[in-house]
Amino acid sequence: MTDSKYFTTTKKGEIFELKAELNSDKKEKKKEAVKKVIASMTVGKDVSALFPDVVNCMQTDNLELKKLVYLYLMNYAKSQPDMAIMAVNTFVKDCEDPNPLIRALAVRTMGCIRVDKITEYLCEPLRKCLKDEDPYVRKTAAVCVAKLHDINAQLVEDQGFLDTLKDLISDSNPMVVANAVAALSEIAESHPSSNLLDLNPQSINKLLTALNECTEWGQIFILDCLANYMPKDDREAQSICERVTPRLSHANSAVVLSAVKVLMKFMEMLSKDLDYYGTLLKKLAPPLVTLLSAEPELQYVALRNINLIVQKRPEILKHEMKVFFVKYNDPIYVKLEKLDIMIRLASQANIAQVLAELKEYATEVDVDFVRKAVRAIGRCAIKVEQSAERCVSTLLDLIQTKVNYVVQEAIVVIKDIFRKYPNKYESVIATLCENLDSLDEPEARAAMIWIVGEYAERIDNADELLESFLEGFHDESTQVQLQLLTAIVKLFLKKPTETQELVQQVLSLATQDSDNPDLRDRGYIYWRLLSTDPVAAKEVVLAEKPLISEETDLIEPTLLDELICYIGTLASVYHKPPSAFVEGSRGVVHKSLPPRTGSSESAESPEAAPTGAPPSEQPAVIPAQGDLLGDLLNLDLGPPVSGPPMTTASVQMGAVDLLGGGLDSLMGDESEGPRGDVSGSPAMGGTNFAAPPAGTMPATLSAPIGGGLGDLFDLTSGVGTLSGSYVAPKAVWLPAMKAKGLEISGTFTRQVGSISMDLLLTNKALQVMSDFAIQFNRNSFGLAPAAPLQVHAPLSPNQTVEISLPLNTVGSVMKMDPLNNLQVAVKNNIDVFYFSTLYPLHILFVEDGKMERQMFLATWKDIPNENEAQFQIKDCPLNAEAVSSKLQGSNIFTIAKRNVEGQDMLYQSLKLTNGIWVLAELRIQPGNPNFTLSLKCRAPEVSQHVYQAYETVLKN
Amino acid sequence: MIHSLFLINCSGDIFLEKHWKSVVSQSVCDYFFEAQEKAADVENVPPVISTPHHYLISIYRDKLFFVSVIQTEVPPLFVIEFLHRVADTFQDYFGECSEAAIKDNVVIVYELLEEMLDNGFPLATESNILKELIKPPTILRSVVNSITGSSNVGDTLPTGQLSNIPWRRAGVKYTNNEAYFDVIEEIDAIIDKSGSTVFAEIQGVIDACIKLSGMPDLSLSFMNPRLLDDVSFHPCIRFKRWESERVLSFIPPDGNFRLISYRVSSQNLVAIPVYVKHSISFKENSSCGRFDITIGPKQNMGKTIEGITVTVHMPKVVLNMNLTPTQGSYTFDPVTKVLTWDVGKITPQKLPSLKGLVNLQSGAPKPEENPSLNIQFKIQQLAISGLKVNRLDMYGEKYKPFKGVKYITKAGKFQVRT
Repeated sequence: MTDSKYFTTTKKGEIFELKAELNSDKKEKKKEAVKKVIASMTVGKDVSALFPDVVNCMQTDNLELKKLVYLYLMNYAKSQPDMAIMAVNTFVKDCEDPNPLIRALAVRTMGCIRVDKITEYLCEPLRKCLKDEDPYVRKTAAVCVAKLHDINAQLVEDQGFLDTLKDLISDSNPMVVANAVAALSEIAESHPSSNLLDLNPQSINKLLTALNECTEWGQIFILDCLANYMPKDDREAQSICERVTPRLSHANSAVVLSAVKVLMKFMEMLSKDLDYYGTLLKKLAPPLVTLLSAEPELQYVALRNINLIVQKRPEILKHEMKVFFVKYNDPIYVKLEKLDIMIRLASQANIAQVLAELKEYATEVDVDFVRKAVRAIGRCAIKVEQSAERCVSTLLDLIQTKVNYVVQEAIVVIKDIFRKYPNKYESVIATLCENLDSLDEPEARAAMIWIVGEYAERIDNADELLESFLEGFHDESTQVQLQLLTAIVKLFLKKPTETQELVQQVLSLATQDSDNPDLRDRGYIYWRLLSTDPVAAKEVVLAEKPLISEETDLIEPTLLDELICYIGTLASVYHKPPSAFVEGSRGVVHKSLPPRTGSSESAESPEAAPTGAPPSEQPAVIPAQGDLLGDLLNLDLGPPVSGPPMTTASVQMGAVDLLGGGLDSLMGDESEGPRGDVSGSPAMGGTNFAAPPAGTMPATLSAPIGGGLGDLFDLTSGVGTLSGSYVAPKAVWLPAMKAKGLEISGTFTRQVGSISMDLLLTNKALQVMSDFAIQFNRNSFGLAPAAPLQVHAPLSPNQTVEISLPLNTVGSVMKMDPLNNLQVAVKNNIDVFYFSTLYPLHILFVEDGKMERQMFLATWKDIPNENEAQFQIKDCPLNAEAVSSKLQGSNIFTIAKRNVEGQDMLYQSLKLTNGIWVLAELRIQPGNPNFTLSLKCRAPEVSQHVYQAYETVLKN
Repeated sequence: MIHSLFLINCSGDIFLEKHWKSVVSQSVCDYFFEAQEKAADVENVPPVISTPHHYLISIYRDKLFFVSVIQTEVPPLFVIEFLHRVADTFQDYFGECSEAAIKDNVVIVYELLEEMLDNGFPLATESNILKELIKPPTILRSVVNSITGSSNVGDTLPTGQLSNIPWRRAGVKYTNNEAYFDVIEEIDAIIDKSGSTVFAEIQGVIDACIKLSGMPDLSLSFMNPRLLDDVSFHPCIRFKRWESERVLSFIPPDGNFRLISYRVSSQNLVAIPVYVKHSISFKENSSCGRFDITIGPKQNMGKTIEGITVTVHMPKVVLNMNLTPTQGSYTFDPVTKVLTWDVGKITPQKLPSLKGLVNLQSGAPKPEENPSLNIQFKIQQLAISGLKVNRLDMYGEKYKPFKGVKYITKAGKFQVRT
C-alpha cells in the first residue's frame, strides 16, 4: 500500500488512462488519479496535458484533494495561462471561506500561480486577507505580496500593498511581523534604492519584541533586518546588543550567526573601555565554537565566517585554538578552512602546539591538505618571529621524509622564510640543494633557483647548478625561465670572472630564442644594464629587497569591514562583496560598519573607525581638484625610453606632447608666466621629452600605440563622411563666467566607427589664450581623448575655434552615476577648468552590432527576465520601415520583423564599445504614435540610457 | 529564498524535485555532479557551489544529497538548517530517510514540502504542527482511509501555529503521564602518539520524552549548573530564568525533542575513560609489518565501559591483515582498507588486545603515515562531565507524573594517533 504504485505504468498509454480516471464519478478514484499525476510530476515527467481534467477536480470539500490539485496548478499554470483562469473563481470563493486554513491556502496558492492574467484577480482577495482577523491568514498574505511583487512590481506599488505591508510590522502577532519583515527584505533586495525598511527607534523596538516570540526562521529575518539599522549612539547600540545576546544560545545555527552579525556590527560603536564591551566579547566565543560541533556543512559556513571574525577581532577566539584542530575524518573542505584559521590564531603563546599539529598533518594521506599544512608552517614562521627557527627545523625534518610533494612545498615556503629573515638560516641551503633533482613543479623549481641565485656567493657550485637548469631552458615554464635569468645575472654580478659565458648564454636564450615578451624584455634590460654600467646593474639587481609582509593573505581592511556586515550570507562564504558576484549586481548597496562613538577611542585606533554613512552612490559632483590633477599626471607620466630594440616609440609623440606643456604649467609655479613655453606642437614637446630614462625599471619598452592609431582612424573618417549617427546640437558645457573667460560648447558624434567630441572654444576674455590641453576623468566606458587637443594658434580675444577631438574607449574605467557622466578638465595658459557633461549613449553603438538571428533568440532566452526593462516612446509618427532605417543610421540593427495581430514587432540588437549586447523588441501599432520598447541586457543599468538614445534618435 | 529542491541518490539519479517558485530545470544539477566528480568522495562535495545563474547549497545525509537552488543572497546556514530539518521530518514520518521511503510516500513528501516552505519562506517546520496538518502514514490508517474515504490531511488550523508556544498543541491527553530525560554526553578527543590529550571536549545533550496532559509548566534544576556555560536551548526554554536562577523552566512540546545541547570545553578537564597501547610498524624493504593494540580503562569512575569498537583506516599499500584478538572479532575490508574490531566490554582482569601481521603490497614503499584509531564506546549511568539533575517540578497541572532521568556517556569523534 505505498505510493510507489503510482509510478507503475500500463501499456495502454498512461496519460490516456489517467484522463479517464480523473473524470471518474467516484471520489476515491479521482483522488488516486490526482496522486498518480503528482507522482509523475515529482520526477519531472510532463503531465501538463491533463490540465483541464485536474482543474475540474478542484471544486471539492476534500482538503487533501484540493491541496493536491493546487500543487498541480502551481507547477503547470504558467504553461497553460488561459486554462488557469478557469481556476480563479474557486480561489476567490475560497478566500471567503469561514475556515482560516482554506482562506490562507487559497491566497498562498494564487500567489504561486505566476500568470499575469491571474494577478489582477488576486488584488482584491489579497487586500482582504492582509487585513484578515486571523493572524495565520495575515502572515500568509504578507508573503503573498512578495510573490506578487516578483511577478508584477508595478502592480504592487500601484495597489498600495507596500504600505499595508509596512503597517504589518506593527502587527500584534510576532509571526506576522516576522513574515512582513521577510517579505519587505526580499522586495527591498530587488529595489536597492527604495527605502522600504525605514527603521527608526520605534520600529526597532517592535522588532526586538517580536524577536523573542516568533519562530526560529522569523528570528533570522528580523536579525538580518536589524543588522541594517544604524543606531544613533552607543547607548542605543548597547541596548540592542543586550536584547540580541540571548539569541546566541539558540539551537538553530543560522539564528546564532545572524545574531553574531548584529553584535559584531554594533560593537563597533561601543567604547572599548566599557565593561559591557568586554562582557560581549566573552559571550561571543562559546556560540562560535559550538557551531563547530554541528554537521560538516554547517561547520564549513561557520568556519568561513569565523575566518572573517578572527581577522576583525582576534581577541574573541584567541584561547580557542584547539577546537580548530583537524580530525582525520573531517571532510576536506572543513580541514582546509580549519587550517587557515589555525594560522590566523597562531601566536607566540600557542605556537608549539600549532607546529606539533601541523607536523602531524604533513604526514596525512590527502595531498592537498598536506601541501597546505606545509605552507602553513612557513606562514607561522613569518608570522611569529620567535618560532621561525623551530619552523625551519620542522621543515627540514619534512624534507628528510623525501616525499616528493612535501619536499617541493617545503622549498617554496623556505624561500619566503629567507626573504623574511635574510642571512639567518642559510645553513640549510646544503640540504635543499640535495633535493634539486626531485623538483618537478615550476613553483618549487623557481623557488630553488631563486635561492641559488640569491646566495650564489655561498654555494660553491652555484654555476654548475644553474647551468644544469639551463639545458632545458625552453621546456621550462615562464616562471622558471624568468627566475633562472635573474639568478644567473645575480651570479654573474657576484662572481664575474667564472660566469661570463653562462650569462651570455642565458641572455641570448632569453632575448633571441624566446617568444615570450616578458622574458625578452627582462633579458634586454639586463643586457643593456650590464653593457652600459655594471655598477648600476649591481645596484639594481642586487638591491636590498623589502621584507615580505607579515600576513600577505589578510583581507584588506575596508573589504573586511564590508564583509563583517555580511556575516552569514553568501558574501561571507566567498569573501567577496555581493557586488562582485550577485547577478547583474542588482540589489547592491554597499554596507559599512558604523563609526565608533566613544571619543577616547578614535585617537587610539584609527583603523577601527571607518567612514560614517554608507556611501551608497558615487556623488555626482566633480572631484576635488587634487584628485583630478592626480589623474592628469598619472596618465602623462612614464615616457617611453629610447633604445636600440625600440621601433614604435615615435608613434606616441602626440600623447607625449601634453607632458611637455601640460606638466610644466600644472606643476610649475605661476610666476613662470603664460608665455614661458609656447608649446602645443609635437616638435616643441620633444624638448622636454628627452629626459633620461626614469627609475630603474623602464616598464614601457613596447610603447602603447593607442594614441597614434586613434589619429589614423580619425583621418579616414574625415575623408569618407557617410551618414553617421544622429548628432545633437552643440550645448554650452562650460560657461565663460566659470572659466575666466573661456567658453566651451560641444557635442558628441560618431562617424564610421570613430567617436569624436566636437568643441567650440570661444575666448571671451581680454587676453590671448594658448597651451590648451584636455583630460578626462575615468568614466563608465573608458572614453579618453585619442589625440591631444590641437589648437594651432593662440586664441585671441573674441575669437572662436572649432575643433574635433577624436576619442577612443581604451581609457580607465570607473562606474559613474549617472552612467553616461563624463568629467573633463581643460587647461590653458590661465588655469585648469573642470566641467562635467552627459554623453548620449548612441555614440557608443558599434558598427558590428548586428547579431545573428539564432544567436539573438538564444541570448534573448538566456538573459533572465528580471533584466528586461520596458519603456514607452511617445509621439513618434513613423512607420516600421522608417524607424528601422533611422535606427540603423545609429547602429541599432533590425534583425527581424514580425507582424502580430496588426502590430509590427521589430527585433533589434546593438553592441556597446565595451562589448555589452543590448537586445530590443520594439512594438509599433500602425496609426498609434506611441511605441513600446522592451530591452534586455546582461547589464540592466544601461537600459535606461539606451532608451534615451532611442528617443533622441527617433525624434530627430 | 529557497527556489527549488532536488533529491539525488548516490548513483546520481535525481529522484525527486520540488519547486517553490518558477520551475528550475534539472540541468542545473550538472554543476553539482561536476563538483561531486571532482571531490571523489561523497563526503567531500563542497556545500556551496556557484553556477552562472544560481547557487546550489547541499547537504549529504543518509546516503542522499539534498540539493537546494537559490538565486538571491540568502544566508547559507539558513538553507542548510532547513535542509536538515527536511531530512529530520522524513525520518520522523517514515522511520527512515531513504530513497525507498521517500518514493513509497511520494505524495506525503510533496504535501510536506509544500507545507514547510511557502515561496521559499519556512512555513511550518515543527513536527507537531506538521503532524496535525498531515498525518504520518501508518498501516492501520491507510487501511481505514481506503475503507472510509477519509484523508491524511487535517482540515483545521493547527492550534500551535500562532500561539506564543508554537511547539505545543492544545488538548493533549494521556492516561499515564510521564516525563523522561536522557542526559547523553559524547567525548570528542584527539590523543597523540604518547597517550597525552591534544584536545578533548564534551558535547552533551538532554533529550526529553514528555507525555503529559494539558499545559504543564516544568522546571528542571541541576546539582551543578555551573558546568553549563555554553548552552543552546530549545525555543521553549525561558532564557531569563536561566540567566538569573540557572533553572530550566519551560512548557514542553509534546513527545520527543531535544531540550538543550551543551559543550563542556577543553578549559575544564575532561576525563578520558580509556587508553590505548599501540605499536604499528612497517619494515623497510619488506612486505610486512606488525600491528599490536591493547585497550584498557582509565578514568572510568568505576563504571563498566562497553560497546567498544575500534576502526582503523589502514594505508593503501596494506593488502591483508592476519590478526588474533583476545576478545571480540575483527574484520578487514581489503577494498576500503578499513579494519573494524568489535571488542565488547572491558574486563580489567584481562585487557583486550589485537595483534598480528600486516601484509603489504610487495615492492611498494613503506607507508609514510601511520593510521589513526577511531574508538567507539559507551558507559551507562554516567555523565562524564559530572552533570547531575537535581529535581523536576511541575506547575499548571494537578496530576502527578512519572519522572525519570538516564545518563549515558559515549565516544564522539574519539581519535588516537599512532
